[in-house]
Amino acid sequence: MRTIIYIIQKEFIQVFRNRRMLPIIFLVPIIQLLVLVNAATFEMKRIHMAVVDLDLSGSSRQLTSKFQGSPFYRIVDAPFSYKEAEELMQAGSVDVILQIPNGFEKNLIKENPGQLQLVVDAINGSSAGLVNAYSTNIIRDFNREILIEWLNPEQLGSIRAIKFDSRYWYNPKLNYTTYMVPGILVLLVTIVGLLLSGMNIVREKEIGTIEQINVTPIRKIEFISGKLIPFWVIAMFELAFGLVIGKLVFNIPIVGSLWLIFLSAGVYLFVILGFGLLISTITNTQQQSMLISFFFMVIFILMSGLFTAIESMPEWAQLLDRINPIAYFIKIMRMVMLKGSTFSDISTLFYSLVVYAVSIISLAIWRYRKVA
Amino acid sequence: MKRFWGFVVKEFLHIFRDYRTLLILFGMPAVQLILFGYVVTNEIKDARIAILDQSKDETTRKITEKITSSGYFKLDRNLNTYSEIEEAFKEGDIKLVIVFEPEFTKKLENDRLAHVQLIGDASDPNTANILVNYATGILNNYLYSMNVGAIPLQIFPETRMMYNQELKGVFMFVPGLMAMLLMLISALMTSISITKEKELGTMELLLASPLRPMQIVVGKVFPYVFLAFINACIIILLGNIVFDVPVRGSIALLLFENFLFISMALSLGILISCLTNSQQLAMMISLIALMLPTILLSGFIFPVENMPKVLQWLCHIMPPMYFITIIKSIMLKGNGLFFIWKETLILIGFTLFFILLSVKKFKIRLA
Repeated sequence: MRTIIYIIQKEFIQVFRNRRMLPIIFLVPIIQLLVLVNAATFEMKRIHMAVVDLDLSGSSRQLTSKFQGSPFYRIVDAPFSYKEAEELMQAGSVDVILQIPNGFEKNLIKENPGQLQLVVDAINGSSAGLVNAYSTNIIRDFNREILIEWLNPEQLGSIRAIKFDSRYWYNPKLNYTTYMVPGILVLLVTIVGLLLSGMNIVREKEIGTIEQINVTPIRKIEFISGKLIPFWVIAMFELAFGLVIGKLVFNIPIVGSLWLIFLSAGVYLFVILGFGLLISTITNTQQQSMLISFFFMVIFILMSGLFTAIESMPEWAQLLDRINPIAYFIKIMRMVMLKGSTFSDISTLFYSLVVYAVSIISLAIWRYRKVA
Repeated sequence: MKRFWGFVVKEFLHIFRDYRTLLILFGMPAVQLILFGYVVTNEIKDARIAILDQSKDETTRKITEKITSSGYFKLDRNLNTYSEIEEAFKEGDIKLVIVFEPEFTKKLENDRLAHVQLIGDASDPNTANILVNYATGILNNYLYSMNVGAIPLQIFPETRMMYNQELKGVFMFVPGLMAMLLMLISALMTSISITKEKELGTMELLLASPLRPMQIVVGKVFPYVFLAFINACIIILLGNIVFDVPVRGSIALLLFENFLFISMALSLGILISCLTNSQQLAMMISLIALMLPTILLSGFIFPVENMPKVLQWLCHIMPPMYFITIIKSIMLKGNGLFFIWKETLILIGFTLFFILLSVKKFKIRLA
């Protein structure tokens, strides 16, 4: 036991002695948390639109001003030909083109359906879907106004309508920072933890100090625990600090039990750090270890369900995601923090993490060889 | 010159000897592209929903069928009471609950107005927003088809999706992945390879050799230009063959822009290595400071225009944003230099800036 304490002490001294490393471990992640949380939104605030009005009638103008009045739209230009509008889209200054064909009003009055064209820049598929939905909604509103204006009450009465009442639970104002803060915090803690642990043993190998440790009577399990615990403490501290910032700056609600969050975080960090140490034991240079960590990190992050929904992944990828620790933890964090899920709600996820932690640390201990 | 080539050969040998690194370097883009091309998508597919149908009549059944057959939604369960909604959400898999009021058809026919409640699990606001919008769209279309013929003065908006008709996620992903991998590989690898010499003490040998400092730096960078460039080609080729991501513009221009971006990232890597003296520090800077900003502040996943003003400015000092704009413009829109000369100039500017700064910071003597 005393041996472990000495190793822990040594590791702490090493981390805190490196003055330039400290801000990178503590400061940079927090700054990133503050900044990046605001970046991750699909909410369309300003859709740039070009209107090609070939009808130039009262109705077409009314429709245009309907878009103009919406806070989501900005009409950038109103060229006279579709070709000009398409050039604007080509240059990237317009997201959507509304084309009102010649004779739009006439067709409408003659009780033929009035035709309109929407052309959406669809390189970003999900944004395009939303732009389309928003625009169609505005056109529908406009349609309703026209009906009310032009039809007699009897005709109006024959229209069937469904009234929608959309509610957003747990986050009624669709405030995406509440959603992003826990997620990005997890990512930052993960990146720092994985890098620190992933480079640790391999660095001793590269510099040659591992030999000195190998000739001492330290047991494998003591060595690995001694490496694991300091980083665990640092990462836990960082997580707690990030949560405090999230609470103070973004006022994120913490509905569930704080203890449950930290309990799961503790287990999760053992998984991540164990993963890092495992990488560290099987590589020979810091460069290799770094690249391998990077490789897994990108995959884990992008498949974590933070930026894109896990449900939209194909079946096999969802199966593959079972070995993605970040996905488990982000799910737990969200459920507990935002929905107030209790231990019984997250028990499956929690026990999976426990099993994961135990097996990966055992693997790391087993892989660590005391011979050079 | 001969000395210089000797040095370059040494660097290549260093790289090729470490077959694990090499495997990762070339395996990474391929594996990631293929994985993400299939996996990371914002397309909503089979989102799990629950329906609380209090009337269970013909219309609600028809609407339910419309919604489940759209491909966006998958009916996970039918609920019987309001109180079950909370439970369904808490277990975590249900994203949207649709509630039909009692006597739906009767109200629709007699009062001509019926109510539907759409409840999204907004602990994930982006998905909730998209799902509610899609569901509304489907319901509206159904209503439309009921009213058509009966009601005059209907407007039909007809939508065309430009550049990406099927709304494939991979169209976003190829440019983004290129930016991220090139940026990280180039910046990371150069900064490591220079600090490694410092850390192992071999830098002194190099500095004491007749090679000029400039030659050392260029010689260090040279192999990575080559490697990164091959990586870029792998991504473009795979994207094209496996996922049909087109290259609508000029290939020469595309390759030139790639080359430019790689140079920019490499000079950034040199700068990082001039400022640090341990591999660990160089890696931490390259990864922690570059990874998330490259993913989030570049328009890779989240559009820049949606961000708050301050962040938009921040995006404008991020080289990857310009690169992604350029790549999308060339590959997907088929534009020529005329549309992207501004972004190109900015990238050149970044490169020169990093190089100048590194030259200033490069120390010939070690402490």
